[in-house]
Amino acid sequence: MKKTKNIAELQEIARRMRIDVLKMIHLAGSGHPGGSLSAADIIVSLFFSIMNHSPEYKKLDARDKFVLSKGHAAPILYAVLAECGYFPREDLWTLRKLDSHLSGHPYAPSTPGVEVTTGSLGQGLSQANGIALSDRLDKHDTNVYCLMGDGEMQEGQVWEAAMSAAHYKLGSLIAFLDGNELQIDGWVKDIMNVEPLDKKWESFGWHVQRINGHDFTAIMGAVEEAKKVKDKPSMIICNTVKGKGVSFMERLAKWHGTAPNSDELRRALAELGAE
Amino acid sequence: MAVELSLRDFYGKTLVELGKKNPNVVVLDCDLSGSTRTSLFAKEFPARFFNMGVAEQDMIGTAAGLAAGGKIPFASTFAIFATGRGWEQIRQSVCYPQANVKIVASHGGVTVGPDGPSHQAGEDVAIMRAIPGMTVIVPADAYDTAAAVRAAEEFTGPVYIRLTRDKFPVIYEESRKFEIGRATTMKNGSDVTFITCGLMTHAALIAAEKLTQLGKSAAVLDMGTIKPLDEPAVLKAALETGAIVTAEEHNIIGGLGGAVAEAVSGNVPVPVVRVGLPDQYFSSGTPEELLEAAGLTPEHLVEAAMRAINLKRGGKA
Ligand SMILES: Cc1ncc(C[n+]2csc(CCOP(=O)(O)OP(=O)(O)O)c2C)c(N)n1
Ligand SMILES: [Mg+2]
Repeated sequence: MKKTKNIAELQEIARRMRIDVLKMIHLAGSGHPGGSLSAADIIVSLFFSIMNHSPEYKKLDARDKFVLSKGHAAPILYAVLAECGYFPREDLWTLRKLDSHLSGHPYAPSTPGVEVTTGSLGQGLSQANGIALSDRLDKHDTNVYCLMGDGEMQEGQVWEAAMSAAHYKLGSLIAFLDGNELQIDGWVKDIMNVEPLDKKWESFGWHVQRINGHDFTAIMGAVEEAKKVKDKPSMIICNTVKGKGVSFMERLAKWHGTAPNSDELRRALAELGAE
Repeated sequence: MAVELSLRDFYGKTLVELGKKNPNVVVLDCDLSGSTRTSLFAKEFPARFFNMGVAEQDMIGTAAGLAAGGKIPFASTFAIFATGRGWEQIRQSVCYPQANVKIVASHGGVTVGPDGPSHQAGEDVAIMRAIPGMTVIVPADAYDTAAAVRAAEEFTGPVYIRLTRDKFPVIYEESRKFEIGRATTMKNGSDVTFITCGLMTHAALIAAEKLTQLGKSAAVLDMGTIKPLDEPAVLKAALETGAIVTAEEHNIIGGLGGAVAEAVSGNVPVPVVRVGLPDQYFSSGTPEELLEAAGLTPEHLVEAAMRAINLKRGGKA
């Protein structure tokens, strides 16, 4: 895949990806717009400017890999994979339908570009660690990226995996935390506080940065920084806005898992400047 | 007395053999590598051994990731922790995507003994069997274990192999080949068939001899693979002997007995008398005491066989 560091170009891709996400979820009649939109700029940065990947590569080739641990953000991953040519864009409109290869949550055997299967929160980081260990055994000079949610931090397995990534000095592992401060039932701090996240990850032996997760320059810079750290896994905590890009969806728990109806879709697409 | 050999010793030795043959074989454990004998592999191949600490969920997930990278992970700990603590990870990260992960657990059943019910797994087969896409194997002795572990390495897809703490009497030859999904006829008979797994296959062979003295002819079918069940073999036994006794060192609910009853009931509905652990927690004790308390002895199997034979003649249970 050709990579770009051009911010305007990345912004334009992210705008189109947000449009696709909303159309997909509207057509499916269900799905998770909030956490797809908050993660959009991170995932676009990874696939269009950071990762060495290509639909042409074979499964066991040396290549960078991405694990979407917060699997409910599948729509944004699917939109990006289609844009990268892993499968035709028309497939996006079959999301969540019987016989579609685009399941409600990422399913590795059916969807090209999906590395492991997620959807049950807390299980992605362990799998990312396993991939990183496998790549190390194969002497691949590659990176594994993993995106988690802040509500997901409440799962115990995340901290088991945090320990083992540090114990095995997985410097090739770079994790992102989509810090949108919301989960399903409300604000993370009210449901079950997870802060101070930077201190937690640091104390677990990780290299930690905190950035604005909607700033492409910051995202690319943080990954550059993380790559310099060879003996520790890296956590990039991203301050994000749930529902980012659609004013009436922003910072509302309601839009975690609600599909926009026709009118809401029209208003959202207008805001995003859809043709 | 038959020779007794440790299943887990043979697991550890076989892992080393596979490790030499295939560089993709990797092993994970949760701080029980001495007990599960994965320590033998760890010593030989330290770079391919991952001790995950006391963190079973993470071990299963990490194994799934290693499998995604083309490795063949064997993940081991005690049966209750592997299947219980890691159940949802096994379901979501391993079986649903058909990750090539082998879970080999020691310390199944009550023969765990003095550690008590917290460490005695009576439900592991049932909860593994309930997961679509899982292959479930319960070897009957040490040679069977080695053969099953080799078969699991050659097989592509998730496998659960249940081992024990205790040594078992040897009933197979060292040259044993394990065919996943195929039962093994240990003895022919005409009045009743014992369908068994694990330690109970040996017990059934003794029971069958005792039955001969009582003028009854019992067949013994070792069902090393609980899932996928060898249905043709089960139905053939039902047709030929007209009565079945299942026996397993596992809860009476959901294990081998359940699987056989499910197969028989819709096809060749003959009496199936199930022998297994009563649906309860036991206590500390010696393996022998616990097997006696649970009714898992050759004597109990003889009784069960007589009951099954009586039922097939229209008698009351
Ligand atoms: C193990 C598990 N429990 C519950 C759920 C249901 N669930 C889906 S999303 C979610 C909240 C996640 O919050 P967060 O991680 O902050 O995600 P984001 O805000 O980025 O969408 C929950 C509880 C799940 N998918 N997995
Ligand atoms: Mg959140």
